[in-house]
Amino acid sequence: MARPPVDAAVLAERFGPHANDAPVDGWASTVPVDREVATHCCFCGQQCGIVLKVANDRVVGFEPRYDFPFNEGKLCPKGVKRYLQDNHPDRLLRPLVRTSDGFSPTSWDDALGRTVGELRRIQAEHGPDAVAVYGGASLTTEKAYLLGKLARLALGTRHIDYNGRLCMVSAGSGYKKAFGIDRAPNPWSDIPEAEVVFVIGANIAECAPITTGYIWRARDRGARLIVADPRVTPIARTADIFLGLRPGTDSALLSAMLHHVIARGLVDDAFVAAHTEGFDAAVEAVEDQTPQWAAGITGVPAGRIEEAAEVWGGAATGMLLHARGLEHQSKGVVNVSSAINLALACGRIGRPGCGVNMITGQGNGQGGREHGQKCDQLPGGRQLGDPDDRAAVAAVWGVDPDDLPAPGYSAYEILEAIERGEIRGLFSICFNPLISLPDTARTRAAFDKLEHLTVVDFFLSETAHHADVVLAGSLHEEDEGVVATAEGRVVKINAAVPPPGDARRDTEIIIEVGRRLGAERHFAFADNRAVFEELRRASAGGVVDYGGITWERLEAGDGVFWPCPSVDHPGTPRLFEDLAFHTPSGRARFVPTPWRPPAEETDRDFPTWFTTGRVVSQYLSGEQTRRIGPLVDQYPEPLCEVHPRFAEVLGVTDGDVVRVTSRRGSIDLPARVTSTIRPDTVFVPYHWGGRQAANQLTNPVLDPESKIPEFKVCAVRVERVGPGAGTTDDRDVAVTLGPTRTRPDQEGPRS
Amino acid sequence: MTDPDLFVIDQSRCIGCQACVQACGECGTHRGRSMIHLDEIDAGPTGSRQTAPTVCMHCTDPTCAEVCPADAIKQNEDGVVQSALEPRCIACSNCVNACPFGVPKMMTEIDLMMKCDMCLDRTSVGGKPMCASVCPSDALWYGTPDEFAARRTGRLGDAFVFGNQRVTTKVRVVIDDPPGPIDVLSGRLAPRAWLDDPFGLEEAG
Repeated sequence: MARPPVDAAVLAERFGPHANDAPVDGWASTVPVDREVATHCCFCGQQCGIVLKVANDRVVGFEPRYDFPFNEGKLCPKGVKRYLQDNHPDRLLRPLVRTSDGFSPTSWDDALGRTVGELRRIQAEHGPDAVAVYGGASLTTEKAYLLGKLARLALGTRHIDYNGRLCMVSAGSGYKKAFGIDRAPNPWSDIPEAEVVFVIGANIAECAPITTGYIWRARDRGARLIVADPRVTPIARTADIFLGLRPGTDSALLSAMLHHVIARGLVDDAFVAAHTEGFDAAVEAVEDQTPQWAAGITGVPAGRIEEAAEVWGGAATGMLLHARGLEHQSKGVVNVSSAINLALACGRIGRPGCGVNMITGQGNGQGGREHGQKCDQLPGGRQLGDPDDRAAVAAVWGVDPDDLPAPGYSAYEILEAIERGEIRGLFSICFNPLISLPDTARTRAAFDKLEHLTVVDFFLSETAHHADVVLAGSLHEEDEGVVATAEGRVVKINAAVPPPGDARRDTEIIIEVGRRLGAERHFAFADNRAVFEELRRASAGGVVDYGGITWERLEAGDGVFWPCPSVDHPGTPRLFEDLAFHTPSGRARFVPTPWRPPAEETDRDFPTWFTTGRVVSQYLSGEQTRRIGPLVDQYPEPLCEVHPRFAEVLGVTDGDVVRVTSRRGSIDLPARVTSTIRPDTVFVPYHWGGRQAANQLTNPVLDPESKIPEFKVCAVRVERVGPGAGTTDDRDVAVTLGPTRTRPDQEGPRS
Repeated sequence: MTDPDLFVIDQSRCIGCQACVQACGECGTHRGRSMIHLDEIDAGPTGSRQTAPTVCMHCTDPTCAEVCPADAIKQNEDGVVQSALEPRCIACSNCVNACPFGVPKMMTEIDLMMKCDMCLDRTSVGGKPMCASVCPSDALWYGTPDEFAARRTGRLGDAFVFGNQRVTTKVRVVIDDPPGPIDVLSGRLAPRAWLDDPFGLEEAG
C-alpha cells in the first residue's frame, strides 16, 4: 500500500519545500563564472531563451538571452529566479526507498531492482495492464518519446498518459477536429500584425507573460483588444472591450458572437465556400444563441457581446488567443470549437495576422504531446488505433504491429482504475497528481491503494510521499534534448551542469528501466542524440513530422517549426498558408456548438461559482517554485479572491479567513477582496498542496471527448471563519517555511 | 556619434509581474537587493490593481545630490546619478525625503542609501539594464531613439512639475497628454469607461 510512511509534516521537515533564498556562493560571491550556457527557461510553454551562468559545475545565476528572437532577453520573475532551484537543500541526491519511519537512501541497483521487480510481479499476477505510466509535459521530447516506448514495448501496458491531460488536450482535440493537426497555427510574430486581438480564458500577464509584449506591439500599430475572462486580469485592464463572463459559459459567448457576425453579414463567404465544410450545421447550432440569450447565460451585457462581434468580424485581420480558461471544462472541446468557428467564419487563418491559437502552458506542452506519451498516440502524432500508423512505428521499432498494445486510459481514468483496483502499479515522472488532479481527497485515497509506486523526481513531491521507490532524476538544466514551444518551434535544451550527487539524468533512468525490463534491444541508445535520431525517423511521414530536424540545425539557429519533412525544408512557422488542411477533404471543418451548461451548477446549498488558475510567481504544482525564496515571497500562500459586494454579504474584510466548501471538500484561506473578480464567483490559485490545495474542491468530471477535467468551474459556498492570522501561514505544516519570512531586500514604507 | 540610448517607462503597460523587481536584485552593483519600487497605484478592494514600477529618473539637476550634506551622491558625465558612495554616506535620509519620485532607499541595517544606478556595471559597457531587459510588457524599456520610433508610439516626456518644483530627467516616460511638462499633482487619470463597471453590474441593474 503506497501510503506515506509518516506524517507529511515530518517529511516536510526533511524534504521541504524549503525556500532557497540566495545563490550557492552568496550574493557577494567573487567565484568566477567559468561558462555561460544558452538554453531555455524550464517554466512554461513560451520557452524563453535564457543564459545560465555556471561556476564549478554549479548554476550560479542567469543573463538575459537577447539573441533569441521569441523573447529578446525578456523574462518573467520565474525565469529570473529559476537558477535558485539549483544547489537546493531539498534536492534528492540519491535513490530512496520507503521505510517504516520515512525514506532511506539506497543504491541505484537496489532501487531499480525493486521498481522492476514489483512492476513485473504485479503484471505476472494481474496482467500487463495492471501497471500504468504517468508522464509529463515538462519533460524533453526525447524523454516523452522514451516513456511511450517504455510503456508499449518494455512494460507492454496499454496505460500511459501524462499531465498534459490536465492542460490543453481539449484544445488539441478541437484543433484536430477542425484542422487535422494539433498545433497553434501561427508564430507569435503574427500577433502584432493583427487589427484585433481577442483573448479569451487566458491570463496572459501571469501565465504567458512574454506574450504581453506581442499584444502591446499590436496595440502600438493600432490594434483593438478584446478580453473575455471572469476576472479583470492585468492584460484586461487595457482592453477596449471587456467581456467579464461567468465561469463555464465560454461557448455561449463565442456562439453568440458567431450569431451576431452572421446577423451583421460579416462572414467571409468566399473563404467559407472554398475552404471549409460544415458551416450550415454550425450556423444552425447558433441560431438560437443570440446575444440577448447569451447575456443571461454569461452575465455579459448583450451590447458588449454585439460590439465585440462587430469589432472582431469587421476587421481585416485578427488573432484569437485562448488558454486553460476555455479548455479546463467538461465542454472544453465545444468551447475550443466555438472559438475556431468564429475564426473560420471570418476567414482568419493561414495569413499574416490571422489565426486562432491556443497558448500552450507547460514547458514542453507542445512537444510533450506529439510523440507517444498520450494514451492513444504514437510518435509523429500518429494514432495507436490506426493500423497504418501502428505499422509505420512498428517498422521503426523493429516489432510486429500486433505486439503494440491498444489505446489505454487517460490520466484521470488511470486514477479511477487505481481506485477500482484494476491498476495496481504506477511508474510516474514529471507529474504531481496529489496537487494537480481534481478532488484531492479522492486522489490521495487512490494513491494509498497502489501496490507499487515509483516516482522519478528531483525533489520529494507530495506525490513522492506515497512512493515505494524514489529515483533521483534531473532538473531541466541537467539533461539535454529538445522541446517544442507554444509556437510549434522546436528548440534545443542544453545541459548546463551534470546532476549533483548520485542523481541521474532522466533519460538514463528511463533507458535503464527499459533494459532491466528485458527490452535491451529497444533501449540500446548511446546518448540522447541517438534517442532524437530514432524519434526523427519514427515521426517522419506523420502529421508531426520531425524528419528534417537535427540537433545541428537547432543549435545553429533559432529553432525549427514543425512540420519539417526534410533537412533542406525550412520548417513551417505559419500553418495552412496554402489553405490545405490536414482533413480528409482538405477543408477546414466547422463543428456545431450546441449549448451545454457546466457539469455542476450553483444551487441553494452551493450558491457561488468557483474557479482556479495560476499566479505569475508560481509554476503548476509548485514543486520547484515553492522552493525558490524570492518567488515564495511574491505570493506566499493561496488567497481567495472575493468581490467587495459579495464580501459585504459575507461580512468579510480583506485578509479575513474564509472557508470555501464544495461537494468534494473545503479549504480555509485568507480572502483577498477585489473588484477584479465577478461578484458571483470566487477564485483560488492551485499551486499548493495539503490543506491549501484548491483541487480539494474541484470537480473531477471529464470532457467526454478530450478527458480533460473541469478545473475551471464548480459550485461552492463561502463563509467567514474569522480574522486573518497575518502573513504567516501555520495551517498546513507541509508548506510552512518557519518564522515569518522577511525578504532579504525588504525595506520600510516609502516616505 | 549615434544618439545615446533611452530609458523609457510606460506605467500603463505594467502587469505587476515583478520581473523587474526580481531582476534588479541580480544587478552586479547591488546583487541581492532590489532598487525598484513597484507600487499598486490603484489599490484596495475597489481598485483596478494597476501597478507601476519606479526606477531612478536620473534628474538633470538631482535633488538627492543637492540636499546631501556629505556630497555622497555623484552624477556621471552621461547624466546617470549614482548610488551613495559608501565611505561618504552618513545615512541621514535627506535624499530619501527630498527625492520628488521617492526613489532612494535607506538600508538601515548597513547605514547606506542605495538606489538605482541604471545598472552601471552593464550600461557602462554597452549593455542594457536588468529591469528593462526582462520586462515582459516593455513598461520598462531601453534602446535607441530609432528603435523606439520603429516599434513604439506615444510622446516621450522628461519634464515634471511637482507644485513649485520643476524637474527634468534622463529617464523618459510615455504619455498621451498634450505637450508640456507633466503636472504630477493634477491627477490625469482617464480610465476606460468599462473599467468603472467591468462586469456590467450597473447595466444589469
